[in-house]
Amino acid sequence: MDFAIPNYYIAIPEMFVLGMVCLVLVIDLFMTDKSRTVTYLLSQTTLVGAAVLTFTTFSYETQFAFSNTFVRDAMGDVLKGFIYLSIFFVFLYARPYLQQRNLFKGEYYVLGLFAVLGMMVMVSAQSLLTIYLGLEMLALSLYAMVALKRDSIEASESAMKYFILGALASGMLLYGMSMLYGATQSLDLAVISQQAVNSDMPLVMVFGLVFIVVGVAFKLGAVPFHMWVPDVYQGSPTAVTLFIGSAPKIAAFAMVMRLLVDGLSSMHIHWQDMFIILSVLSLAVGNIFAIAQTNIKRMLAYSTIAHMGFLMLGVLSGTKEGYSAAMFYTIVYAMMSVGAFGMIILLSRAGFEADQLNDFKGLNDKSPWFALVMLILMFSMAGVPPFLGFWAKVSVLKELVHIDMTWLAVVAVVFSIIGAFYYLRIIKIMYFDKMEDSSQISHSLDLRIALSANGLAILVLGLLPGPLMALCAATFGL
Amino acid sequence: MFFELPLLSLLIWTPILGGVLVLLTGSDKNALEAKVISLLVSVVTFALSLPLFGLFDTATATMQFTEQHRWIESFNVNYTLGVDGISMPLIVLTTFTTVLVIMAGWEVIQYKVAQYMAAFLIMEGLMIGVFSALDAMLFYVFWEAMLIPMFIVIGVWGGPRRVYATIKFFLYTFLGSVFMLVALIYMYFQGDTFSILQLHTLKLNLTEQILIFLAFLIAFAVKVPMWPVHTWLPDAHVEAPTGGSVILAAIMLKLGAYGFLRFSLPITPDASSVLDIMMIVLSLIAVIYIGFVALVQQDMKKLIAYSSISHMGFVTLGFFIVFMIYENTGSWNGAALGIEGAIVQMISHGFISGAMFLTVGVLYDRMHSREIGAYGGVINTMPVFAGFAVLFAMSNAGLPGTSGFVGEFMVILSAFKANFWIAFLAATTLILGAAYTLWMVKRVFFGDIANDNVADLKDLTTREFTILAILAVAVLGLGVYPAPLLEVMGPTVDNLLQHIAQSKL
Repeated sequence: MDFAIPNYYIAIPEMFVLGMVCLVLVIDLFMTDKSRTVTYLLSQTTLVGAAVLTFTTFSYETQFAFSNTFVRDAMGDVLKGFIYLSIFFVFLYARPYLQQRNLFKGEYYVLGLFAVLGMMVMVSAQSLLTIYLGLEMLALSLYAMVALKRDSIEASESAMKYFILGALASGMLLYGMSMLYGATQSLDLAVISQQAVNSDMPLVMVFGLVFIVVGVAFKLGAVPFHMWVPDVYQGSPTAVTLFIGSAPKIAAFAMVMRLLVDGLSSMHIHWQDMFIILSVLSLAVGNIFAIAQTNIKRMLAYSTIAHMGFLMLGVLSGTKEGYSAAMFYTIVYAMMSVGAFGMIILLSRAGFEADQLNDFKGLNDKSPWFALVMLILMFSMAGVPPFLGFWAKVSVLKELVHIDMTWLAVVAVVFSIIGAFYYLRIIKIMYFDKMEDSSQISHSLDLRIALSANGLAILVLGLLPGPLMALCAATFGL
Repeated sequence: MFFELPLLSLLIWTPILGGVLVLLTGSDKNALEAKVISLLVSVVTFALSLPLFGLFDTATATMQFTEQHRWIESFNVNYTLGVDGISMPLIVLTTFTTVLVIMAGWEVIQYKVAQYMAAFLIMEGLMIGVFSALDAMLFYVFWEAMLIPMFIVIGVWGGPRRVYATIKFFLYTFLGSVFMLVALIYMYFQGDTFSILQLHTLKLNLTEQILIFLAFLIAFAVKVPMWPVHTWLPDAHVEAPTGGSVILAAIMLKLGAYGFLRFSLPITPDASSVLDIMMIVLSLIAVIYIGFVALVQQDMKKLIAYSSISHMGFVTLGFFIVFMIYENTGSWNGAALGIEGAIVQMISHGFISGAMFLTVGVLYDRMHSREIGAYGGVINTMPVFAGFAVLFAMSNAGLPGTSGFVGEFMVILSAFKANFWIAFLAATTLILGAAYTLWMVKRVFFGDIANDNVADLKDLTTREFTILAILAVAVLGLGVYPAPLLEVMGPTVDNLLQHIAQSKL
């Protein structure tokens, strides 16, 4: 066996985050509730630092390290960049919420940063083991975060559900991985990819693939493996829902790319069919069930399911353009989702969660500006131009037509129309209904500015989507 | 000098940015500022659209005032603008109507004035965008974005059932347009371009053409609206505030018809030719059946809404009769008359329907009722107003000398070339239109004063008089001397006909 010094250099951002998490953990021990802002600031510094490190060491070349278990490529770096960005906003939005509910503890930040680290590992995984490592680091942190409000029955129930179902999914995934390992004798995705082309055990490979797709679908929240999504979204404190709804979707997308595209692209024909079923079901169930919801967090959970269906449509095309469209979709979705949950936090205050649809009544009277921000977010999610969400949908539809699956594009747009209804209902509630509670929005300036920037970004990037699209395309060498 | 200015971009962005500026005036404390800025912006936009008319070269069918910029490279989408003889008059109609709508809302709107005015200005910019976009994606963006301000206008300032009406409006039109989106993307992969003019020359086989035609049909038929997808319109009209109804009837319906001219006919001529019977039948149903429906309405706005559907049936009839003329006579002579008549009808209906809704608005502002039964003998208390109302009603009924006559007459003449019975059925509108419009006028304006409320009515204010007088001039002007309009559109229509005469198979 060769002895070579591992190329640590390319994993610098991960190491930095790990070091900082430990530092935050230690420092937080010495903080009182009043001075805990230090923990918050330190966490944000970690994200900024990681972003700087990722950015300065960026290269379009693909590099490997740690005996080919770790990969650094353009797609990974761009995805990591958006993970930092969305978590930065998550921490920013979450702070007032946590403070008002006596949840402003170091745990949220430590767990959050560990989750970030997990996501980074997932994004950079080049072997089955690394994927699993990253996935579990993310998932375990999230389980604990959901249970952060430990006296709340709903939160405990959600955490329990999330944990059990998540563990089940991980088990499925692991089982699938063991099949792949058995058939190819390797954990390295590059080797698996070569072996898969002419495998002498095709049946085992397909068998393993099925379990892998199940595991992946679970993490994405695709129907019929979606049952945890609404319960967890609704039961968790909004600050945690915000977290779950944003960057982990980017990481899940990365996992799909690593496992199914880097590893099993030669079996595309098999997983494409599974993805068609998963995505059509997700679009149908997500969009139709969302209509029946009265809790906005639950409604957004079903909307997430539908969005994940759309994302999978991009992936299943099996072309570079399709992957780039799906990546664009994921990033856009994370931006919109962060904004939408941020709005719920903006309207909430101590003792008032603002998680019912009716809590948005008459927002236009209360604050025309934030009603407009929410309007932008909702129309963007519905896929109405000129907002960013429209271009995300168009890029995916375009690839579907490109691979001669126009019928699938038609199915997707039909469900988008159904989906438009519940987004419109929020706008109806904000603009057409009269205000019921006249309390003013009294959140700090940083939250207001960040949320405004979030909404404006959706509008401005919607008017000029070229650069972001080009960035996604460039990571796939287009 | 004007040629160097990006005139179309200015026309699109002046009202949109003006709308943002109006929004910044904030609460109703600054309502007057909001109104003044809005009026200024709309007048400036109207003034900017006049050079479009003045400097328009009527000798050519090529696109004029063109602009082109890269927009989204990886998507091959460009910001391409330009107008021809069909879109230019519609742009002027848009800027003209918006000024009137802003004036019409001056005293009536008391709640969230800035948002109301801003919505109309932004909508104006987006509608001009639709008329001037020469890139299919850009067209689609404007086309869809336009729904947002209208959704808000109906929902916030509308009548009692506004929520139902506005969501229905949005979902119907959204439903229509997403299929168009898929069709556009499909064509992109056939022709590797989103440029509308290049799509005009794209070869497509008949199956593709028919599917694309149907996708477009859903989008445009909902907007026009054609029978049987018209049911959103009466709801939307009844619930919308007066300004919303005017924009809906005068401009938004024209967008659907414009879509047929810009997309369906030139891109899928063979499918249009194959399916012409279906389109003609649907148009005739709109003209006749909806005419009867209008006859029995009790609500004035609903009556005008149905009359709009019926009149728009003439427009689609004019577009598709040309294929039948060709099939029956083997030549395209006389076909131009049908399309030109349809376009004249579009412009004229823009004036007339706008005017009709404004007259209803005048009454509604005073009595807060749109029921025909609540009125009677209004002429006794509002003689000046009644004069205007009768004029507009006459032109709605297609009286010679008013603009309503020109378009209908041209379409009927051209229908005679195709088939006597089609022309005969289409001509029944002259009776039906007269029946439902004049009967309404009779019940509302003539006779004895029906009740005390009517007895207390005050005649027009100066503002209302100005608005209606401007419209009256437009209606009569177009009716007596439509030549300039015909001259503008002539080469473009000829070019369009030459284009659709060539099979793309």
